[in-house]
Amino acid sequence: MNKHKLKLADKSILLILFLITLISLGPFLWMISTSFKSSGALMSIPIEWIPNEISFKSYEKIIIELPFLRSLFNSILISVFSTLLTIISASMAAFIFAKFEFKHKNVLFILFLASMMVPLQVTGIPIFIILMKLKLINSYVGVIVPTVFNVFAIFLLRQYMRNISNEFIEAALIDGASYFQIYYRIIIPMSIVPITTLIVINFMNYWNDYFWPLIILTDPKKMTLPIMLSKLNSQYATEYNTLMAGSLISMIPILIVYMFAQKYFIRGIQEGGVK
Amino acid sequence: MKTTTQSKWIILLFLAPSLLGFIVFSLIPIVSALYLSFTSWDVIGGAPEFIGLKNYASILFSAEFYRVILNTLKYISLYIPGIIVSSLFVAIMFDRDIKGIGLFRVLLFIPVLTSWVAGSIIWRSVLSGQYGLMNNLLAIVNIDGPSWLTDKSWAMIAIVMVSIWKDLGFFSLILFGGLRGIDRSIYEAARIDGASSLKVITRITLPLLTPTLFFVLITTLVNSFQLFPQIMVMTGGGPDGATQVMVERIYTYGFRYFQMGYASALAIILLIIIVTITLIQLVLQKKWVYYE
Repeated sequence: MNKHKLKLADKSILLILFLITLISLGPFLWMISTSFKSSGALMSIPIEWIPNEISFKSYEKIIIELPFLRSLFNSILISVFSTLLTIISASMAAFIFAKFEFKHKNVLFILFLASMMVPLQVTGIPIFIILMKLKLINSYVGVIVPTVFNVFAIFLLRQYMRNISNEFIEAALIDGASYFQIYYRIIIPMSIVPITTLIVINFMNYWNDYFWPLIILTDPKKMTLPIMLSKLNSQYATEYNTLMAGSLISMIPILIVYMFAQKYFIRGIQEGGVK
Repeated sequence: MKTTTQSKWIILLFLAPSLLGFIVFSLIPIVSALYLSFTSWDVIGGAPEFIGLKNYASILFSAEFYRVILNTLKYISLYIPGIIVSSLFVAIMFDRDIKGIGLFRVLLFIPVLTSWVAGSIIWRSVLSGQYGLMNNLLAIVNIDGPSWLTDKSWAMIAIVMVSIWKDLGFFSLILFGGLRGIDRSIYEAARIDGASSLKVITRITLPLLTPTLFFVLITTLVNSFQLFPQIMVMTGGGPDGATQVMVERIYTYGFRYFQMGYASALAIILLIIIVTITLIQLVLQKKWVYYE
């Protein structure tokens, strides 16, 4: 193949990808445009990509009239603590599965893996009832606490920790270190790559989660962004400018994380952890 | 490591959070869901009343259940070919080493990062009948677009379109990863033998990609039975039940009508479907998938 021909092929590939990306991101451009429209401009035909009159009314409404900043705070709080809980609990279990021998270890591990097949939508009703008995409905804790058991995180970390040489651990034991010190001085620092990957993808999953917070959170003051958004969606069904402003704000934090931690998202996909 | 008396306590202590989580949020709930599925219970009034197989019988004799299954099959028959073809198409382009192509990989991932709720709200606006973006764009080429989400025959098609939009970046990257795993020298050899681009794709790329394609097929199949946020936000199961699906029904019966027994029976049926797909996967994987 000659060079000129190859370049032409490359150019057409870039063009096709550009068009696909345009279609893919078009709805977001529409979202930005709509969020700056006044109520009147929502119903203009032909449509206005750049509103004739830029209006900040919908942002005013979202931020001042509605408890949206509160939802932002709730989302941050719930996502951060859920991620922390998942990582701590999973890394502790992974350390044991990777480095210790005990009776029925494999049976337990296979049971853990098998439970991955069972989606939350199946176990949701009994978990709801358990949390109701514990008076945890409509609380942050009720949303956060089920994240303590995350098989995928255990599995990924165990695979990684198995490859950490036992010599490090034995040397530390001889030096008189406790198992707890070995865990947080040796195992955790040496597993920082998969841990970062898990932090990023779990944070995203918890940030965007819908099913569980929808069931647990009924008080608007405690709702996360997706739940607040879906509530606004039914309350202000046709106020698209308000809904778009809310959607835009809800996306910003995750986009910032993506900007700085792109490679961890990609790693997370390759490992199979992004839902 | 060898187990000493001291380390037995360590094992128990370190496993405790996950083990407790497993028991409280997985083991007990599965058994309870199974038990509840044989009862009638509205949460508030007294203990669950045992009614045997009545819930299953009323599900299997209801027109609604078959509508839900048909809706899901309609979704599957459009979504799975759609997402596999489109993401394979994008992945094959991603696989070329062209300067600047990385930017598209980054940008196409943005819908994946977006929450389903925000994505669905945006699309509700794009697809709204008269003032929506979609129908105004179609009007340019003289097509009179349907009122997507409120038209019985278009609503599920709209849900499929939006789902492909949301998942394209994800599955393109998965398949791209699979393509990267194929040894480049095989392509070189084929080219020297004079194989056309199409032949290279059908005879070399696709067979070597079967493990990844199979993974994508199973994942999309299992996910298709778990549609939820897009349905709740865009159609609420309507119009006239045209987009009712399993999880939406479980949620509605369980947490709107508080018919916990009936909802649990639906949940158990969902579990049976998912476990069946997973087991079929384990069996078929050996037959279909070509490993080097």
